[in-house]
Order: sequence, then structure tokens, then C-alpha cells
Amino acid sequence: QRDRIVLGHGSGGKLMHDLIARTFLPAFDNPLLRAGDDAAVFRLSACSRLAFSTDSHVVYPLFFPGGDIGRLAVCGTVNDVAMLGAQPLYLTAGFILEEGLELAVLQRVLASMREAASEAGVQIVAGDTKVVQRGKADGLYITTSGLGAVLTGVEVGGAQAKPGDVVILSGPIGDHGIAVLGARGELGFDAAVQSDVAPLNHLIMALFDASEQIHVLRDPTRGGVATTLNEIAKQSGVGITLSEQSIPVRPAVRAACEMLGFDP
Amino acid sequence: MCLGVPGKIIDIYEANGLHMGKVDFGGVTKEICLAYVPEAQIGQYTIVHVGFALNILDEAEALETLQLLREIGAFAEELGADAAQVQTLSS
Amino acid sequence: MKYLDEYRDAELVHKGLDEIRRTVTRPWSLMEICGGQTHSIMRHGLDELLPEGLELIHGPGCPVCVTPLELIDKAIAIASRPEVIFTSFGDMLRVPGSAEDLFRTRAEGGDVRVVYSPLDAVKIAQQNPDRQVVFFGIGFETTAPANAMSVWQAQQLGVKNYSMLVSHVRVPPAMGAILSSPYNQVQAFLAAGHVCAVMGYWEYPPIAAEFKVPIVVTGFEPVDLVEGILKAVKQLEAKRFEVENAYGRAVTWAGNQPAQELIKKVFVECDRKWRGIGTIPLSGWRLRDEFAEFDAEKRFAVENINTQESPLCISGLVLQGRQKPHECPAFGKDCTPEHPLGATMVSSEGACAAYYRYKRQAA
Repeated sequence: QRDRIVLGHGSGGKLMHDLIARTFLPAFDNPLLRAGDDAAVFRLSACSRLAFSTDSHVVYPLFFPGGDIGRLAVCGTVNDVAMLGAQPLYLTAGFILEEGLELAVLQRVLASMREAASEAGVQIVAGDTKVVQRGKADGLYITTSGLGAVLTGVEVGGAQAKPGDVVILSGPIGDHGIAVLGARGELGFDAAVQSDVAPLNHLIMALFDASEQIHVLRDPTRGGVATTLNEIAKQSGVGITLSEQSIPVRPAVRAACEMLGFDP
Repeated sequence: MCLGVPGKIIDIYEANGLHMGKVDFGGVTKEICLAYVPEAQIGQYTIVHVGFALNILDEAEALETLQLLREIGAFAEELGADAAQVQTLSS
Repeated sequence: MKYLDEYRDAELVHKGLDEIRRTVTRPWSLMEICGGQTHSIMRHGLDELLPEGLELIHGPGCPVCVTPLELIDKAIAIASRPEVIFTSFGDMLRVPGSAEDLFRTRAEGGDVRVVYSPLDAVKIAQQNPDRQVVFFGIGFETTAPANAMSVWQAQQLGVKNYSMLVSHVRVPPAMGAILSSPYNQVQAFLAAGHVCAVMGYWEYPPIAAEFKVPIVVTGFEPVDLVEGILKAVKQLEAKRFEVENAYGRAVTWAGNQPAQELIKKVFVECDRKWRGIGTIPLSGWRLRDEFAEFDAEKRFAVENINTQESPLCISGLVLQGRQKPHECPAFGKDCTPEHPLGATMVSSEGACAAYYRYKRQAA
């Protein structure tokens, strides 16, 4: 067990899961947290259940093809709430601004957040702002929290997967990761790849209109599809078989992964 | 680590004192050092490792490898058919 | 992607496997030299499709895996110095030294950066004239031309604040060492395709003749691997022991001349310690004396560091094909990709990591 935080702890993989299991869970331990889903679901009154989630965003660069930190912050939390079968309603947003950040950059990010919120049909109703000394942050960090009303009769979650269920992907994988890596420029490649960051709550609501047989919904982020399916398999105690050929990967994303030795 | 990925040379130029070029890996392009393949032409394919082109890929050899296996398959199928026939006769 | 997808054609692979089944009349043990080949074999499950008794032993061909412990400790010592920007390929950051790894050094404030190419390290040196930029120059013959060029370019452009910590290794001497070991089980080799793209395969006939083992230059995709295995077993069954090239599109007899020339200009052969195996004579390269000013070991006076290896780890036996990763007591318990003991678990191409990722259920 490492005795200091290393970059790998933020990568969404095994290191992060160990950190959560050994450090965070014992500190805050309660059944809602232990469920380990994208949002916590709890009953407020006899007839209404709420889904509540939070996410922090430290993406660098702030702007990348197909999106930016602001759009990512709103969509990330809207989707986490929707993944538990809830219609997202209200968001809060906490900002950490680095001394020296240009106001124009902040305004551009806020405009993007407003646009994403209206796309999703939610409102940002509370917030907080702190400023840190120059050099202590990459320009701007955002933490968002979201609240939504769970549709009556809907029971979805990572532990609900059943044998015989089918895994459905909403689109090609790896777009966001490669778009951000390309924009960061460290690896010096330019890929014609756009991030697919978008609010999915309307899509999810349409899914529930179409079928009652939906057991699990998940919006893979840092760990990617493989890590997400591993989590679900563990939570539900099931095995999942995938056919590699049927997983859509755009040619440019596949090319970037071949070059960098990543498995998409 | 000795990851070598094939890509198509789409531009050739000098930079930072070296013979360089742009290589396209099927939708991703990158600046690559061509110092070790001075004879390289635009449109040719090369195997790239840690930012360096190691060789020029030989199209004829490439097809031959594939052809070899395809032919083996065809030849074996005929053989396979005869062998199966023999099998049924003798059992 | 051209020159990749065609060589992942399942139908062709199965045709090749059928031919291998028809060819093989008794058990054989082959060794694929390169970690990249190991990774591809495990990822496509090729080892499970081979006929009973035809065994693939994973060779020492992963430069991360064979980098000696003391080189990691030297890297950590240099990277911890405030004036240094330490650059390296990503795989090297997780390799455990005797106490910590470069990730830990970075977490403690060391300026450790991942680069895709050694030329990027030279650029960083040009952009930071007041800092000392060091590149961790590890790898086989495949990487030697790139690392040599970075030193050559730095000398030409007068980039005085660039230096390289060199831990280069060569395949032929390692082959010789494996074949001369009394426990050797390897009966044929799949030579590393991209090593031969640089060096050609003129170095191998003396080895094939001396030890009477077939050596087949092989690529990395499933079709290439099946082609290489097929050529090797055909030779074994016919009691021939020649050097054959199953990777014609990328490898020629003579190899890359300009690359070999610059390697000779910048490097000179030397004895090199291989992690888990020990010292193999003339199995490495070091910077020639004319480039001593670019040698980070001299510039930062870390030559005196030499460290003992962890007793628990059997990576040496795994590298020589004498044991399989899951036969190690620590495998999957206190040795996992997150907390690797030996380097064969660290790199994704290392035999233990490949086993852990693709075959753990069997362990």
C-alpha cells in the first residue's frame, strides 16, 4: 500500500478503487455510499426518492475538441444522476480559480455550462468560489453536485445486473480520452477526434418509456468501458462476456491507441 | 516497449537539424524522424518506434506472407478432403 | 489500419494453426524473444490455440523487465535532484527500485516527465537551459538508434544540459546465455521483428549453427506469429536449424545501415547486468568515451550505487522459461501490477503482467 498520493490514484483503475475502499469508505461508511453507484438513491417521503451525486473536474487543457471543463462538469453530474433512473433537477457548482486566470476564460466556461444546463433542462441553483495562489492549480477546477427525482417503480443500479442481460453501448468508445490527450499536446499527435461529452438524461428517459427491463446504467469516465464493466460484474456478482469485434472504436481512436500502446 | 506501428509518410522536411516528416497512422498524424530512411518517399509506409522511422515497408513481401497462408489453406482443404474420404473408407 | 488489420484476419490465423497441427508430430518448446510478441500472444489467446505439447516460453525481451535494479535506484537518485528534469518512457515510472519507484519520486517533488521520444527530451533541454535534463535511455536494438540520435543531435546543436542514463541491451548475447544454460529448454527461437528491422538478421546464423536451433524472424500480429511458429516447427520436424525471415515486409538481411552506423558511432558494447539473470558478457551498450560528457552516470556520480535484488521474486526463472508466472508464490498476492515485485510484472509486456491480465483465472 503506497504511503503517498500518486497520479495513478486518479486514473479510475485499481489504484483508485483501493484508495476508495481502504481510505474513503472507512471514513464515511454508510449503506448509501457503500452501494458504489454513480449517485446515491434515498427516500425522502413515502412517494418520492431522490438521486444525489457529486463530481470534481480537473481536466487539462480546459478546452478540447468537442467540449470543455464547463460542459464536462454539468454533463458529468447530470448523467450520474440519470444513471440511477432519475430526472435531474438542480445542480450546484463549486469553483477553485487560480490567481491570474483570465476573466474571459472564466466567462467562456460559464457560458458553456449555461448551454449544457439548458440542453439538459436543469438549473444551477447554488455555488461557491475560492481563489488559490498562482501555480497551485491548472487555471480552474469545478466541483458539481446534482439532485434528481427517481422515476417511480424504477430500480436500477450496479448491483442489479442479471444473467441473460445484454450490454448496450450508446456510441463509439475512447473519443473523449483521445480528444483530451491530443489537445494536451504532450504526446505531439493531432487526431481528428472530438469528445462526445453530452447530457444523456433525455436519452435515458426515452429508454424507460421504451422498456421496463433496464437493470444497470453507467456513464464510463476515467476508467473506460473495461473498468466500468468490471465494477458492475463485481457489484452484481455476475460474469460478462464481450465480443471485441462488436465494440465500436473510431479508426482515429484505434490508431492513437495502437501508437500509445493503450487498449481502447 | 518496442512497439512498432506502421504509418504512411505524408510530408518530408528538415527541422532542428534533422531529416523529419509527418506520418499518418490511419487518422492520427505525428512528426517523425526520417534520418534512418533517407530514401523515403511520400506515400510509402514505414514502421515507427519512439518517434523514429525504422524502415520502408515492402508491399510485395507484405502480400506474399498473406498469400502463403491462403494457399496453404486451399492445398490442405484438398488434402483434408482426400484424408476424410480415406477415413470413411477404412472405418 | 493498413499493414495491421490484414494480419489480424482470424480465418488466416486458423488456416495457419491447422497447418501447424498437421506439421507437429511431437512436443516442442519455442521461445518468443520480444515482450511485444508475448503481449500479442496473450491478448489474442494464441497459446491456447496451439496443439498440445507445442509450448511458447516467454523470453527476456522486455527492456523494462531486464533493466537492473541498480539502474532504477540510480534513476531515482538523479531524478530527486532539484536541478534535474528527469524524462523517461512511461513504462519505467512504475518499475520498483529497492525502495521506491519514479512515481514516488515525482510525488515527493521530483520533476519526472513522460516522453514519447528521446528527441522530445532534447527539446525540453533546449527549452530549459538552466535545468539539467536527463533521459532514461533503456531498450533493445529497436530503441538504440533513437537514443543514439538524441545524443548525436545534442552534441551537434551544443545542448550541454542534456544527458542520458544508459541501460541498453542486445538480443544475440542473451540468446547465447539462455542456450548455454544447463537448464535450457528452448529448442527454437522466434526472433524479435523490430530488433531485426534495425539490425537485420546477419548476427543469428552463428548462433543457429553453434546450438543447432532454428531461429525465425517473426512479427507481432497474430498472422505473423502463426507464420513464424509454422516455419519454426517445420524446421524442427525436418531436423534443420537455419535462420528464416517470416517478417519480410519489415526486415531485410542487412537491416538499417544508417541506424547501425550511428549506433556504432555513439555506443560501444559492454557487459550488462540483466535483472533476474545476472551479468551477460557484451550484452549491452554504453556511451563511447567521446560522448562521456553526455553520460548521466558520470555527470551525477552515481556509478557507486549497486543494489541486491528482492529474494521473493523469481522473474529470472520466468525470463529463462524455467517457470511460468503463476507458479510463483507471490503471483497475484503481494505481486500485482499495482504493487509489482519484479519488473516482469511491471511492464504490460512482461510475462507476469501478461499472465495477470489475460490468464489470471488459470492461476
